[in-house]
Amino acid sequence: MEISLDHRQSKTRTPERLLRASGLLYIGLMVLIPLIVILQDGLRQGFAELIHQVTLPIARSAILLTLWTSSLMTIINAVMGLMTAYALVRFEFPGKRVLNAIIDLPLSIPTLVTGVMLVMLYGPQEVIGRFLLEKFNLQIIFAQPGIVLSLLFISFPFVVRNIQPVLQDLDQTQERAAATLGANSWTIFRKIVLPALIPPMLSGSLLSFSRAIGEFGAVVIVAGNIPLKTQTGAVYVLGAVESENRLGASAVSLILIGIAFIVLALANLIHKRWGSHK
Amino acid sequence: MNSQKKGLGAWGIILLVMLYTGVLIIAPILALIFGAFSEGLAPAIKTLGSSIFLDALWLSLKIALLVVAVQTLLGTIVAWIIVRHDFRGKAFLKSLVDVPFAMSPVVVGYMLLLLFGRNGFLAPIIEPLGIKVAFATPGIFLATLFVSLPFMIKEMIPVIENLDRKQEYAAETLGASSWTIFWRVIFPQLRTALIYGMTLTFARALGEFGAVLVIGGGIQGRTETTTMYIFRSLDERHFVEAYSAAILLGSFSVMIVLIADSIKRREEKHQSQEEAVERL
Repeated sequence: MEISLDHRQSKTRTPERLLRASGLLYIGLMVLIPLIVILQDGLRQGFAELIHQVTLPIARSAILLTLWTSSLMTIINAVMGLMTAYALVRFEFPGKRVLNAIIDLPLSIPTLVTGVMLVMLYGPQEVIGRFLLEKFNLQIIFAQPGIVLSLLFISFPFVVRNIQPVLQDLDQTQERAAATLGANSWTIFRKIVLPALIPPMLSGSLLSFSRAIGEFGAVVIVAGNIPLKTQTGAVYVLGAVESENRLGASAVSLILIGIAFIVLALANLIHKRWGSHK
Repeated sequence: MNSQKKGLGAWGIILLVMLYTGVLIIAPILALIFGAFSEGLAPAIKTLGSSIFLDALWLSLKIALLVVAVQTLLGTIVAWIIVRHDFRGKAFLKSLVDVPFAMSPVVVGYMLLLLFGRNGFLAPIIEPLGIKVAFATPGIFLATLFVSLPFMIKEMIPVIENLDRKQEYAAETLGASSWTIFWRVIFPQLRTALIYGMTLTFARALGEFGAVLVIGGGIQGRTETTTMYIFRSLDERHFVEAYSAAILLGSFSVMIVLIADSIKRREEKHQSQEEAVERL
């Protein structure tokens, strides 16, 4: 049966050929050409110029800010995502269904709206924002904590939704056996459950990292765009475009694309190799 | 399956997770709701009825609908050839589909500017033809098309993989044309995923900001979308306008995704029931 199916596929009929051509044309025009153009523009002046552009103080500080805020977010997201997924799969508690529904909310809320929300909560004129500033000297909006918070909001679903199905399908007989042999629950978690959850946790975290590298809508509202202090890579590109600094815009764009692609490829690789789910 | 008696550790985790989601997700949402109505309903309603806002909303809706139409047709075709066709460079095509996920919206806008801007690569071609893309609606459309590209394709691939091929062969053996097979056999099996993919694409298109800001320029009354209206209102410190528009956009996006979710869930439930019946 299978062989005859493949045979049928190999002699593609004209409408199918048309279908394939239009699909390839669409992706080629939409994705490939813009990519080639930015690659060409970024490397037009040579590799040395690219390095020079991204190591200029303001550009470098923007890229580094993007990298460390995204990294911090990724670590917190990995830990909290793991706990949330574990609670959702293994425990019964009031409000569980609501919690499960809330996790997806960040995916459907436009990131600009996320930024507006955070400003309204932690802005220096708002109740909580003023309280934190006066009592703890902690500034969130127009400061770096705001960037991390908005990245956490946006990427919350990635780790949780990556771990959940794996945890659901996890065979519990090993855990029961270990429990019978007198292992305590922490040992069981560390030795049996955690090793199975590390691949989905890693791929989910990397996915959220690659997403955070380019985040703009929430960050531009929350961070306030202060060069050397709260200007991220994506916001730097906007500034460079507006001031017609084409070299800087292309160089930093290329760096952002490069980092995001490598991390995304890594996430896909982990998912393919160890994603035992399905 | 679930541990019956929960220790202190379990309650600790549950509390921590509740606290985390409460502070991270719920608190900002509540802040937006309270903020938008802080001066009562009247100013919010006045904003949402203003012609500047309605123009922006109308532009966003038009573009989002057009993007959904293109994505539904071409996205399904791309998903189809990824699943059913074998050709060289298929792996490359699949990774190209992922590209918009990892691309900063600002960079997307900038790429389009490099193509269609004043000194853009395609300027020598489109300028003599009198076509304006940058700082005009076509640019916003292309930017939105780019950022929302993976949604439909990613939604359709697993569904097309799971299609029941036997039905197609049966129909073909009975002499149905490929057109009939598509509409009568394949399409009904794709319908739920199509609706879901269209909704995700629509929500993503409606909320796009960074790419649209760079390529569209936010010219009031011409290229100002809803997100850009919010951005400009914040910039001009018209907070009630910004907040009420943000709450409308946010709740609308959430609502349509929730509806699509419930349709999908009902369908899955229906299917698992059917499978259970078959097993009997």
